[in-house]
Amino acid sequence: MRLIYALILTCLASLPARAEVDIQEVTSPGGLTAWLVEEPSIPFVALEIRFRGGASLDNPEKRGAINLMTALLEEGAAEMDARAFAQAQEELATSFGFDVDRDAVSISARFLTENRDASIDLLRDALTQPRFDAEAIERVRGQVLSIIQSDQKDPNDIASETFARIAYGDHPYAYSINGTIDSVTALTRDDLIAAHKAVLARDRIYIGAVGDITPEELGPLLDDLLGALPETGAPMPPQANVTIPAGITVVDFPTPQSVAFFGQPGIAQDDPDFFTALVLNQVLGGGGFESRLMDEVREKRGLTYGVYSYLASRDLANVYMGSVSSSNDRIAEAIAVIREEWEKAAAEGLSEKELQDAKTYITGAYPLRFDGNGPIANILVGMQMLGLPIDYIATRNDKVEAVTLDDVKRVADELLDPEGLHFVVVGQPVGLETTVGE
Amino acid sequence: MLNLPKFAALLAFLFSPLAALASDNEAVTYFTLENGMEIVVVEDHRAPAVQQMVWYRAGSADEPKGSSGVAHFLEHLLFKATDKMEAGEFSATVALNGGRDNAFTSYDYTAYFQRVAADRLELMMEMEADRMKNIRLTPENIRTERDVILEERNQRTDNSPGALFNEQVNAAQYLNHRYGTPVIGWRHEMEELDLDDALSFYETYYSPNNAILVVSGDVDPEEVRTLAEKYYGVIPANPDLPERIRTQEPPQTAERRLVFRDARVAQPYVTRSYLAPERDPGDQEKAAALTILSEILGGGTTSYLAEKLQFDTQIATYTGAFYNGGSLDDTTFDFAVVPAAGVTLQEAEDALDAALQSFLETGVDADQLARIKLQIRADQIYARDDAERVANRYGRALAIGLTVADVQAWPGILDAVTADDIMQAARDVFDRRTSVTGWLMKEEVTQ
Repeated sequence: MRLIYALILTCLASLPARAEVDIQEVTSPGGLTAWLVEEPSIPFVALEIRFRGGASLDNPEKRGAINLMTALLEEGAAEMDARAFAQAQEELATSFGFDVDRDAVSISARFLTENRDASIDLLRDALTQPRFDAEAIERVRGQVLSIIQSDQKDPNDIASETFARIAYGDHPYAYSINGTIDSVTALTRDDLIAAHKAVLARDRIYIGAVGDITPEELGPLLDDLLGALPETGAPMPPQANVTIPAGITVVDFPTPQSVAFFGQPGIAQDDPDFFTALVLNQVLGGGGFESRLMDEVREKRGLTYGVYSYLASRDLANVYMGSVSSSNDRIAEAIAVIREEWEKAAAEGLSEKELQDAKTYITGAYPLRFDGNGPIANILVGMQMLGLPIDYIATRNDKVEAVTLDDVKRVADELLDPEGLHFVVVGQPVGLETTVGE
Repeated sequence: MLNLPKFAALLAFLFSPLAALASDNEAVTYFTLENGMEIVVVEDHRAPAVQQMVWYRAGSADEPKGSSGVAHFLEHLLFKATDKMEAGEFSATVALNGGRDNAFTSYDYTAYFQRVAADRLELMMEMEADRMKNIRLTPENIRTERDVILEERNQRTDNSPGALFNEQVNAAQYLNHRYGTPVIGWRHEMEELDLDDALSFYETYYSPNNAILVVSGDVDPEEVRTLAEKYYGVIPANPDLPERIRTQEPPQTAERRLVFRDARVAQPYVTRSYLAPERDPGDQEKAAALTILSEILGGGTTSYLAEKLQFDTQIATYTGAFYNGGSLDDTTFDFAVVPAAGVTLQEAEDALDAALQSFLETGVDADQLARIKLQIRADQIYARDDAERVANRYGRALAIGLTVADVQAWPGILDAVTADDIMQAARDVFDRRTSVTGWLMKEEVTQ
């Protein structure tokens, strides 16, 4: 058993559960670095690979190319067409997931020990020899266009895309990763080949592996899998210049319940105050049923089914976001309550009890995340992308414990900007009007 | 395009997963308390975490007529006060122990769960046992929480034309069974739910002889037994627990069709559903055949419908087939076809029917069936990485009246399904007279 946790329990008020996951850094003969947790008790491996940059590397003239390219990786490779490739996965009882977001293209693979080599051969074909057949391009393009059209009529998607346009100006983050109807319609096979070259390169790769494999086996496997990729890809986009005007933007959409996304500038994950902000947000709107926002908006007033806030700290921008949904005739009240809570927290910070409770929750919940080979592989890659040290897991809860009430008061005052909050409201809200021009 | 070396690997693989299956069962312990409460323990000692779930054999299909949504409303109200705890204290206590809790309601069951560090199990049991009998509700709780469930209905259903459409399709499919009524409830009935409705449902159904405790994670079954006896074992059984008899569907003798229009629809599609048998204790063979049939017809890129409607022709952007035998009463076998640009819903529906007809004539592809069975066997290995999924599987099965033996027999029954079984199941179920066809459409533009 290589997943070793030491639980040190003191009293109910504090539960500093310490997760000590035994991570090894593996460097392949070809120079690739991976983090590995050996877990031989079940005969399979979860392998997580990410290429930094993701859809933000789209050529501005070719929005959606990286998304379409990623979707096509499993639609035919080497000698196989789309269906032959899918059959090959089934014959090996292996599964590959290909995903893309603003910051990365992600490949999530799992394969049985006895089929390891054949599974890696198959995945290598997908990553290094995708076919981009004309038939597959048209088929998947049709799916993407259908998704874009559906997003245009979905209040949640309208709200998030509207907020992104307001917050990020001309930066790639301002645009949907799917692209637009026009841009996707115009994409050519050459555009997809260019998108592939831009993202799938060795200079931006992060690897996590968990399961039934040794370091000696993993190194050559990674060279076999990824060695043929080009050394460099497209340059990374710059940091976004986040400019969120104060006020409200109403997007008229006939539906019974208004959906609101709100936000203000946030805080970077490598900021010395990040953990203080994390604790602050846990109390304000990050918890389950216990947060102030849930208590005031849902439990006391029944204005919503759910209200949340979260630190959206990404590679190229940091925003402090939240969301709430209420009937058209009640959304104005929900927004007023959220503003009040933002003001109250900015002015007063937290109580000692709230601080202690939040720390207990955040530290206690951390080891519960490590619950399976796939989730752990994900965490390993996330840590590397953030530049965290390999012993981070053992020390992370100490950073939470170190947060003081004074820290919280100072960061609440500096970070929370109740006057500067911007609400995008999609629906037909009663008593709310757009107060700023886009 | 079967490539021979890979196929050989497949054959070599067939033997080992059955051993994996055995070890999956070995990690599961089952017993009952004297008051009738059933206990399942799923061990996974790799991480120091535990999940407690309590499943009640009471869902929306058990509600009295006129009180739709009360099962789910009560689920929300179980987070309010008890004799020992204030409103909200349950979840706050779980969080104070670094854990997460929640609950869910379906047609056939309501379940509550917490996920915490393994040494906190006793506290979780103490609280969960407390709210099995001791909730204390105020009129204010009823008022605000009813607003919350109405907003939940807004969010899940009224804001989503697809969900509204689905609600109408179910209502058309079930004339006389409560599966035709949405779990969340019809709005006009939800608005009238009161304290008496909630307490009546609570007193009728919440008792140890109507509950299943499933504990998974880093636990010792004997320790779970001791704790369960201490906290749940002292609660008396309800001698008046009603038998679970529901109004059943009459024979369907006419196909039903409906068109749902909504201005918010961006992507029209067509659905087809057929009434179908579910898994029954000691009788899961038909459900097993239907489970594999749904994979053959609509389980992704290699499926029959994808081949006919997305690859051989470009009729559809998406095709899917769905069957879940995990219900107490008759379930449905469903299809969805999203037409490609320029294809009408009629053309999409006709292509679905033509494909089903040609499938009934040509039969099961042996290679495809072998691949599907291979996935099922491999899943026994992958499932060992996810104790909560195993725990869910047992909880759900026991809540719908299956036994532990049924759950453990299921992979073997799936594996024994033959091509003939599948074709017989297809012929039995795909009868237009027992079908509902739905079209989800954009609002017609009138000038």
